[in-house]
Amino acid sequence: MLAKRIIPCLDVDRGRVVKGIRFVDLIDAGDPVEQARRYDREGADELVFLDIIASSDSRDIVRDMVRRVADSVFIPFTVGGGIRTVEDMRAILASGADKVSLNTAAIKDPTIITEGAKAFGSQAIVVAIDARRIQGDAEEQGRERGRGDTETRRRGEEILTPDPRPPTPDTKWAVYTHGGRTPAGLDAIEWARQAERLGAGEILLTSMDADGTRDGYDIELTRAISEAVKIPVIASGGAGSLDHLYEALNDGKASAVLAASIFHFGEFTVGQAKDYLRARGLPMR
Amino acid sequence: MIAIIDYGVGNLRSVEKALEAVGAQARITNDAGAIREAERLVLPGVGAFGECARRLRESGLDKSVLEAAEEGKPLLGLCVGLQLMFDEGHEFGQHEGLGIMRGRVVRFPEGGPRVPQIGWNQIENRTPHPLLEGLADGTYFYFVHSYYIEADDASDVLALTEYGIRYPTVCARGSVCGVQFHPEKSQDAGLRLLANFAKPGKN
Repeated sequence: MLAKRIIPCLDVDRGRVVKGIRFVDLIDAGDPVEQARRYDREGADELVFLDIIASSDSRDIVRDMVRRVADSVFIPFTVGGGIRTVEDMRAILASGADKVSLNTAAIKDPTIITEGAKAFGSQAIVVAIDARRIQGDAEEQGRERGRGDTETRRRGEEILTPDPRPPTPDTKWAVYTHGGRTPAGLDAIEWARQAERLGAGEILLTSMDADGTRDGYDIELTRAISEAVKIPVIASGGAGSLDHLYEALNDGKASAVLAASIFHFGEFTVGQAKDYLRARGLPMR
Repeated sequence: MIAIIDYGVGNLRSVEKALEAVGAQARITNDAGAIREAERLVLPGVGAFGECARRLRESGLDKSVLEAAEEGKPLLGLCVGLQLMFDEGHEFGQHEGLGIMRGRVVRFPEGGPRVPQIGWNQIENRTPHPLLEGLADGTYFYFVHSYYIEADDASDVLALTEYGIRYPTVCARGSVCGVQFHPEKSQDAGLRLLANFAKPGKN
């Protein structure tokens, strides 16, 4: 039976891990290879490396990092951040990554998803969606924001105040870029469907409302996207306990969970998370 | 020496590194002479069947593979590399494979689980074979694919996997074998399988 996946996420800057696990016995906690090896040994099913700054001059450094990770860890891994062209994708994949994650670049030009899928196969193309709950219409709000005069922008800010209420049948999720600050003018469910049609192999879905709260994933969002597409959905944002992982996989119908802080701070190991989820009846490797 | 056949698809570096990790000498090559001299061959493959088949044919290395199969040289197909051993593939049209094993490659049925299948799944109904030494039923490997093999000859099938349907994921005929999953991305189990291929009977 296909197992549910646990995917630790490592933030890197210029090829160094800036938000990773605090393993006491690591000689160099900033070394992506040491971190990857450790997660591999703990039983992580995959890894995601997110280049958080992704400046153009860090590209060679990232490629070198990818090469070193690929040479020492025999589990799949994804690299995201700053990938804008098919050539960017080729460089990362040829260095040994299994998948690339596209976010802003795919929103700006969705055809890049198709180009990437044609060149490398859909399995190599992950589309990352950062979504927030909103009141009203995502496209409308995107247009409002796009007009750009101060007055409209001020109105935009008002409309775009995140919706703190529990979800109702009318709840919508809008796609954001720039860490949840800029509305893309897209409905998250529609965008996920479009990404699938264009050739994405997986959706990496982050709730910008839940991200960093440790109060749990946005289960309604996760379920809505999981039910809207046939490709696997990786849930991200908000994990604070092992029960949260269970909710996203079971109630949210996600194929995989991405988690950072619950592992990084050493509260739980990946192995403990798997034991817990297995005991609750989920198929785990 | 193991030759990893480079016909312009996929990430061969991981395959090379994984073989090195189990102590094998491996070399990525598109040279027919080097392939002829190698003791063992690995045929990788990712993406669409038709594209892989076309590139293999255009590179002329399809002949090297067929020649090796005829000679009885050990040959391991990985993912689409295994699919290519069969008669035909139905991904974006109908394409001819190498025809070493009887059967076809078709898409997972509608209404089943998510496609592509991405993640760790198990092998079952294992037939004893040197390639699977030390790898019991229930062992997890990493899979990524939307199409699966319908084998006509049950004797070619060494193990099955369940994903909505039960389908062949480890196959062998004579010296030719292959796996639908990616051993180079399947951690210890994958390395064990590669070691079994690289040094049969020495584990």
